[in-house]
Amino acid sequence: MADYAVQLAEALGPDPDAPIRRFGTVTRRQLFRFCAGVAATMGLSQAAGVRMAQAAESPARPPVIWLSGQECTGCTESLLRAYHPSLETLILDLISLDYHYVLCSGAGRQATDHKHKVMDEYRGQYVLVTEGGTPMKDGGIYCKSGGKTHVELVREAAAGAAAVIAIGSCASWGGVQSAGPNPTGAVGTHEVIPGTTVINIPGCPPNPYNFLSTVLHLLTFGRPPALDAENRPRFAYGRLIHENCERRPHFDAGRFALEFGDEGHRQGFCLYKIGCKGPETYANCPAIGFGDVGEGSWPVANGAPCFGCTEKGIGFDKPVHALATLRTQTPPSVYPATDAPKGEGLSPGAAALAAGAAGIAIGAGAMLVRDVGRRDKGGEA
Amino acid sequence: MAASAERLRAPLITPLTLVLGLLAAVAAYFVVQRFALGLGAVTNINAGYPWGIWVVIDVVIGSAIGCGGFAMALLIYVFNRGEHSPLMRPALLGGLFGYTLAGAAVLIDLGRWWQFYNLVLPWHMNPNSVMLEIGLCVMLYVVVLWLEFSPAILERLGWTGWQRRIDGIMWLLIALGIVLPFMHQSSLGSALIVLGTKIDPVYQTPFLPLLFVTSALAMGWGVVIAEATTVSHSFRRPSEHRLIVRIARVVGWLLLVWVAGRFVGLMVRGALGGVFAGSAAAATFWVETALALFATAVCLSPAWRRSEPLMLLAGLAIILFGALYRFAAYLVAYHPVGSYSYAPSVPELTVTIGIIALEILLYLSFVKLFPVLHATRRAPAQA
Repeated sequence: MADYAVQLAEALGPDPDAPIRRFGTVTRRQLFRFCAGVAATMGLSQAAGVRMAQAAESPARPPVIWLSGQECTGCTESLLRAYHPSLETLILDLISLDYHYVLCSGAGRQATDHKHKVMDEYRGQYVLVTEGGTPMKDGGIYCKSGGKTHVELVREAAAGAAAVIAIGSCASWGGVQSAGPNPTGAVGTHEVIPGTTVINIPGCPPNPYNFLSTVLHLLTFGRPPALDAENRPRFAYGRLIHENCERRPHFDAGRFALEFGDEGHRQGFCLYKIGCKGPETYANCPAIGFGDVGEGSWPVANGAPCFGCTEKGIGFDKPVHALATLRTQTPPSVYPATDAPKGEGLSPGAAALAAGAAGIAIGAGAMLVRDVGRRDKGGEA
Repeated sequence: MAASAERLRAPLITPLTLVLGLLAAVAAYFVVQRFALGLGAVTNINAGYPWGIWVVIDVVIGSAIGCGGFAMALLIYVFNRGEHSPLMRPALLGGLFGYTLAGAAVLIDLGRWWQFYNLVLPWHMNPNSVMLEIGLCVMLYVVVLWLEFSPAILERLGWTGWQRRIDGIMWLLIALGIVLPFMHQSSLGSALIVLGTKIDPVYQTPFLPLLFVTSALAMGWGVVIAEATTVSHSFRRPSEHRLIVRIARVVGWLLLVWVAGRFVGLMVRGALGGVFAGSAAAATFWVETALALFATAVCLSPAWRRSEPLMLLAGLAIILFGALYRFAAYLVAYHPVGSYSYAPSVPELTVTIGIIALEILLYLSFVKLFPVLHATRRAPAQA
């Protein structure tokens, strides 16, 4: 702990609250805090956060080539909408984004020429990010840019890349384009360049912080974070949505929404029976949410069943209303009663006694009124 | 106590008092059983319904029926209607037993009754508790009622010195006798506000304290109307109808405003739909409204209120209205969390019936032992 404090104090330098010139108004303290948060998200030590901050501040920024295939630009949009202190500043200044079809200021041949220049100059050093699926049918003619098919562009760029990241479900396995009957033969980036390790960040769109954390890990340690069988970073895709879902207690208690807008749906019950794919989808959505607006900002929290966008064979493949395959436990058909009736009913004796007492009271009242009435008349007469 | 009073010269023991005494004795047997074996052995109350009929009938309704003294004091001393003072002592006597036995019923109903004294230890008080306010206020009011009534006893005993001393502080006792019921009768409504959504929307309103205290006032006057007519009739005494009619005008308007205010409150809160829901709470709501409107019609119609039997019926309707309102608010409109149900057991009912019998028995005995009823020049008859 003491070592960490010394390390942190040294790294922060004499004036931690002065803005870092390259990052606009972001101060070193803010940068460190942000990187510490990223490190914590990935389950790394505090010291790793310091190393990340130092790496991010380093003037040697790795160039990034961002290729867009069959996509909707949702991943880029999602990334631009991250709000953490000047995230766009960080992502654009931390790396040197030398080619991005949507974000580059140049266009046409000028942009393409710059891309080739960077690829030659930084051969073996740059990071390749692919967004969107790659059509393979008919020689890949269904997606072209600058006269070349996307297949050619990906293979060409991957040849000299230090690391390849596939962002979004389309780049990870083909996404919506690959859904049956898959007319363009769309596949994920890793199928285009077999033999190369491609880090998949699936999601439609993926959480921007999962992408950013992966990039910071790459920059800091020079190697990808721990990956699962689908080459997804374990820190983000290590657990089922079902495990961390805030509606999980409803699942365990047997309280389910049975159709959209019914009483259970309005009460916030479990969405499993209206097709939530949380029980078979690995992602950290319930843990970190979307849009940086705090807790409860993800589909299931808003009452929309998870459709499994991070899981090949589920998202875009399984019907939205189809039941998820339960990977952990199945809900029992009968639950122990939690609201068994308690309390005694009205016994015949008590009913008779209460009715008798009420009868006597009413009778006495009636007799009294009658007698008073008689006297009233008698008095007047 | 300016009006002269006399005791009723009639035998203490009659067939009616014997029956009442028997009912009280049976109740006493179950009260002993309750203290020996615990609440569970005698009552059907449970974790969802911690308040059964002992609280709702004996305390909440019983104390409201005992509001005669309070309602008459308000009329006589605050609105300066001195001509009503012949009705004051009988009303006070009703309240005396209503409240004393309500206090006794609370003690019987308390699970750990031996902890009761902690209520009066300031260092154990929770100043934010509605129950503390009710508890302290009712205890104090019982003492005030006994002191307020004590001149009748002292007069009989001939202790004129003490009588003068009590008369010297009577202004304070009367003031307390008006302030204290305002406090705890409204708090009986607040006790339901704190139950929040457990109370049906038809009954749950921030105006519950106001509805409770004003309906208690109406019940107090209703009791005076019914009591004065019954006593003058049963003991063949001159009628007090002239005074009753004046009270009827006040209580008629009060009930009309009460019913109208309740409807407006439901509309403002958007809960008016609940009274058409066909629920048990909606049913009691309509019965209460009907009873209150019947009493209002009798009280405000010059022709109808001249009739003694109709007036008696109106007085009984007001008592029934207030009792049903309290019973419904505390038990029918109350929905505990979880699947709890409640119905009183036979011993539970027996104790409540016995307490009511004891109240009537004590009232009958006191009017024969002490100067309570308005003095009359007519020769007393046998009853």
